[in-house]
Amino acid sequence: MTRIPLRPLARILDARAKGADPDRIEQENLAQRHAALREAARGQSQGRIFVLAATFMAGFSMIALQMGQLAASEPAEPRTANLGANISASRADIVDRHGNILATNMQTHALYVQTRDLVDPANVAQKLAALFPDLDAGTLLRRMTDGRKFLWVRKTLSPEQMQAVHEIGDPGLLFGAREMRLYPNGQLAAHVLGGASFGAEGVHSAEVIGTAGLEKAMDARLRDPALAGTPLALSLDLTVQTTVEEVLQTGISVLSAKGGAAILMEVATGEIVAMAAGPTFDPNDRPANPTSGLPEDSPLFNRAVQGIYELGSTFKIFTAAQAMDLGLVNPDTMVDANAPMIWGKYKIQEFEKKNYGPLLSVSDVIAKSSNVGTAHIALMIGGVRQQAFLKSLGLMDASPLELVEAPNAKPLRPKNWSDIVTITASYGHGVSGSPMNLAAAYATLANGGRLVKPTLLHQAAPYQGPQVLSEAAAKASLTMLRRVVTEGTASMGDVAGYEVGGKTGTADKVRKGGGYYDDKVVNTFASVFPISDPKYVLVVTLDEPVETSGAKPKRTAGWTAVPVAAEIVRRTAPLLGLRPMGRQGSATDPARWW
Amino acid sequence: MRPMFYIACFLVLIGLGSWAYRENYATQNAMRDLRAMQDEIVQLRGALAVQRAEWAYLNRPDRLRELVTLNFDRLGLLPMDAAQFGAASDVAYPAPDAPLGATPSADDADLQALMADLQTLPAQP
Repeated sequence: MTRIPLRPLARILDARAKGADPDRIEQENLAQRHAALREAARGQSQGRIFVLAATFMAGFSMIALQMGQLAASEPAEPRTANLGANISASRADIVDRHGNILATNMQTHALYVQTRDLVDPANVAQKLAALFPDLDAGTLLRRMTDGRKFLWVRKTLSPEQMQAVHEIGDPGLLFGAREMRLYPNGQLAAHVLGGASFGAEGVHSAEVIGTAGLEKAMDARLRDPALAGTPLALSLDLTVQTTVEEVLQTGISVLSAKGGAAILMEVATGEIVAMAAGPTFDPNDRPANPTSGLPEDSPLFNRAVQGIYELGSTFKIFTAAQAMDLGLVNPDTMVDANAPMIWGKYKIQEFEKKNYGPLLSVSDVIAKSSNVGTAHIALMIGGVRQQAFLKSLGLMDASPLELVEAPNAKPLRPKNWSDIVTITASYGHGVSGSPMNLAAAYATLANGGRLVKPTLLHQAAPYQGPQVLSEAAAKASLTMLRRVVTEGTASMGDVAGYEVGGKTGTADKVRKGGGYYDDKVVNTFASVFPISDPKYVLVVTLDEPVETSGAKPKRTAGWTAVPVAAEIVRRTAPLLGLRPMGRQGSATDPARWW
Repeated sequence: MRPMFYIACFLVLIGLGSWAYRENYATQNAMRDLRAMQDEIVQLRGALAVQRAEWAYLNRPDRLRELVTLNFDRLGLLPMDAAQFGAASDVAYPAPDAPLGATPSADDADLQALMADLQTLPAQP
């Protein structure tokens, strides 16, 4: 391209001669030059865009081809790849602390019908109804012939039933593989395990989901494919759990109680070795949730965690422990126990209108279970500090247990914590909690004042809770608890060799409309053993028990919950490997045993 | 020289071809075996799960308790009790060895007579 000068002399001269403006020639040429430059730049840009478009085109076509191929090809697992350790287990097993199976899976089949493949629907309906008594031939036939293509008949089949269905021999009857949750021990630990059922169902498989208890609370962990091969180890001990359930069940029936609960907890770790509640059910065949009546009338109701009761005199030890911790009293301090005590319009009385006063030592207040004495101690402490202490022991909040029912079982307490509430709460009335709350609080006392967090999972290392109470106060409280058994209200609770210490509690049941029943009580015995080296906490609660061996029916915990607890200790302590003390020496001197 | 080179090349080609053919089928066989084995593993795992469940079911505490009750006259099992813990001092020291060359005592003679009786007794069914 020849470069045209901006002001060609010939044209300038020519223009000057004609009297025109020579600048216009320059502008004209400049415009021409710019146009040419623009043209060149456009060509270059077009080229670049083309290359870019081609690249994207190629990329997207690759993706499209790959997608098309994936969509069109038959899905197949890469069979040559190394199989994982446990491809068959879709839901992890649950085992006890020694590895005994509590819940596992079993291969089974579901039965469904492809109606368009059915040869003789009437015959099939009849034979299926004969095979499964809960099916109705007429309904089945109607459902098979009302135009639907697909129909579920049974969720699980036993191998015998499957064979019988095979023998019907209709091509429309088909089987889908299923994995079923199985609880081989039947009713054992039913309230802990809860239950499982099918979630989303497909022809080839169905997901198993937890519906209650631990199965639901730990659902994410149990369904985690990465952990499917690792069983979930609970803190329960199968043998001890069996024994506790057996003794509790006997206790409930002998004392004609409506129900009951027993919790056995390890002090150092907060692990629950056994947790039983009665009446119970079979998680393999979990009954439907009740739609009418009180929830506590259903066997599904877990009294150990969901049962929110006034726990009665078992609370007294917390009042005494706090007063000792604050330095207000020591075990021998004499306090006013002159009954009845008048506070405003309220009258505080002792059991059977007795009077233990006028003065009683703190240790005797606990041993004799004096309401008035405890009330005076509580007034020394004051409501604010009392509330804070009960809260620090976990008695104001739902128990942090790995059960789906636990967070909803919140202890009840009055909104306005007046002096009269301080008084009644000191001996466990007007505030309520679950037996699990109580067990954790007693474990804290037994653990030298270090907070214990209850758990159902076997822990690698013990939980180190904060110190909520001085060690000295905790130790003094345990000595008092021992006196309750040796010379107080729980004399039936003494088990030779195991130094049981505990506190009884009897609370009248709250009437629905308000007030209390006269002849319906909840009896609780919270105990620690062995006192000199606390290892376990046992809480036994009985709902409406009555002891009728004497002339007058007895409804105090000393006659109902205490003997049951003693029997549990007698049976389980050897199973737990606890060596009895005594005979030759004391427990504090185990060297003499060996 | 040149024809020899061609023939050699041809032979190498045939050799490589037959090697590749054999390798191909050997691989396919190995894959088939692997698949069969993996199917077997999956089946055995399923069976194992069933066995474990059955073991747990047969060892459920209810059943064991019933069995213990049924066989009480043979086994004599009772719930564990605190009295079953023994002390080390309850275990007797072994009797000192008899001096060499001592004549058998009257006890030893009784023991030998008992042993002879035992051998003549019918074996337990």
